[in-house]
Amino acid sequence: MVLLLLRRALSGAAVVFGVLTLMFFLLRLAPGDPARLLVGPAATEEQVTAQRRALGLDRPLPAQYAAWLGRFVQGDWGTSIATGRPVASTLAEAWPATVRLVGTSLVLSYLLGIAIGVLQAMRGGRLDTALSVATVTLFALPGYWLGLMLVMVFTYQTRMLPAFGAAGFDSDFLTGWDRIADRLRHLALPLATLTLIGIGGTARYVRGAMLDVAGAPFVAIARAKGLSPARVAVRHVLRNALIPVVTLLGLSLPALFSGAVFIEAIFAWPGVGRVLVEGVVARDYPIVMAATAVSAALVVAGNLLAEALVGWADPRVRADAHGGGRAE
Amino acid sequence: MGGPESAGGRARRRAGGVTRGLWSDRRAIFGLVVLAAAVVVALFAPVVAGDPIAQRDIVATRFLPPLSIDVHGGFHALGTDRFGRDVWARLAYGARVSLGVGTLAVLVSVLVGVAVGAAAGFWRGWPATVLLGLTDFALALPRVVLLLLLASLWQPSAGLVILVLGLTGWMTIARLVHGEVRALAVRPFVEGAVGLGASDLRVLVRHILPNAMTPVIVAAALGLGNAIMLEAGLSFLGLGVQPPTPSWGNLIASGRDTLVNAPWVAAAPGVALVLVVVGATLLGDAVRDRLDPSLVVRRTA
Repeated sequence: MVLLLLRRALSGAAVVFGVLTLMFFLLRLAPGDPARLLVGPAATEEQVTAQRRALGLDRPLPAQYAAWLGRFVQGDWGTSIATGRPVASTLAEAWPATVRLVGTSLVLSYLLGIAIGVLQAMRGGRLDTALSVATVTLFALPGYWLGLMLVMVFTYQTRMLPAFGAAGFDSDFLTGWDRIADRLRHLALPLATLTLIGIGGTARYVRGAMLDVAGAPFVAIARAKGLSPARVAVRHVLRNALIPVVTLLGLSLPALFSGAVFIEAIFAWPGVGRVLVEGVVARDYPIVMAATAVSAALVVAGNLLAEALVGWADPRVRADAHGGGRAE
Repeated sequence: MGGPESAGGRARRRAGGVTRGLWSDRRAIFGLVVLAAAVVVALFAPVVAGDPIAQRDIVATRFLPPLSIDVHGGFHALGTDRFGRDVWARLAYGARVSLGVGTLAVLVSVLVGVAVGAAAGFWRGWPATVLLGLTDFALALPRVVLLLLLASLWQPSAGLVILVLGLTGWMTIARLVHGEVRALAVRPFVEGAVGLGASDLRVLVRHILPNAMTPVIVAAALGLGNAIMLEAGLSFLGLGVQPPTPSWGNLIASGRDTLVNAPWVAAAPGVALVLVVVGATLLGDAVRDRLDPSLVVRRTA
């Protein structure tokens, strides 16, 4: 098991490295000159050239790549071209906000999604149909639109919740409960948007996985033993249905993170997604590279976590790891 | 050709079974009806909606709520926006862009996915290793991050969105096709074709691929909803289809500024988007249940 995770960690590192390499060359090959952007439209040709030399952009691509990679690995992520601030500290401030938002949403949408999916698979009938319609609609909602609609209702019409940022302007002066309440109120709308969509996808998947397992012989035996339907559903069906669900959790992380990019942009949530969007608009190479690396690393770490969870939930994966074979 | 195992014949029989079953599935009917309606509205936008910018004076016709009649006697089923443009007409013209871009993007995904999956499933050894490694790598990329990057590096346009969406959405299809082709490649009718002296390419294209297409259709239907949603997302952020060309995404974005006094401007394209995505998803679900790819593989392997 440890060996398996180690191997996956290595391939995860390879993915992050591949992403960085891809991004580096894409950014350099694309039109748009950060030096020109930085000195402004009124600058002379000499000023642009000087700026380019200062940024190291006049050297050949492979040399730029090697130099950049060397610095990057050592933790020197350079300074933002647009703001002049160190990239590392910009992202160090940003990533906890993203993890807080995405992590809370992940936990909530899986808990609620599993509950709804199990209920659907157990009860069937009208309730199942109604909930299926509801979950497929949630699943189809574009995050940025749902976010806008929630803002319309809860911010503009009922004036209940804020729609901007992670804390109020006066949050530094608040203490104790007021401070926590302020944070929670700012978290409410972005979290609700991400979670509602997440519930749709999870419930649909859990329902399908439950129904797949429900036909297995061991479920019939459990029922024949006289166990209560609820016990069969939770102990026998859900437990086995959770294995593909946990795998999905790992696979859905890139999508969840992607969704968070839109949500952060709409709600001005101070996370990696917003840093990325702002960096992309300003063609701020160092910021974009680092934000991409951080998002790829977050996704890879999430996948590893899911892998570990599957190993914990499914003894067969562990046994397979000991045998040295790769589960396919 | 001919023979009881002729690829085309099997595919036809299978497809016939699918369509028969589909008509009794409410999800499939809903999906087909919604998608057909969207396509009709898109194709006949000038007929069903008229000219979206045929307004004479903005002051009298702007911000009209849904179901209102302006001073010139024009009826606005979904109201008007801040420039007095009819929201329904903008929606209908936007359907052309959104559906068109989505469909073409899925087409690119299918082409790339089928090519990669088929090659990896048919030619084992190092080509398969390289192609599957590439697929796994692409699957691990955060798609939107890549989309944002590409869409902002080059001048935003519909063509770029199609290409970018297509090139970031082929991995699921490649995996499905890979599995199918691997299972089919060892079947007697394929060995028969090889024995008759058919070339690799002919065996793959004429005999194997037609039998591997069913899961591709399901994945394409699900991918269509996703592509339309992502196109709207990019356009919403200003990195996709550029105004004044209407797309559902930039319609939502333009309604964002008038959420307070004219919420219908942003609400209408969103509802249209949700309907189409739900339709595509339900249709994909129904076809999959009719022909669960895993069941098919198990039956044929």
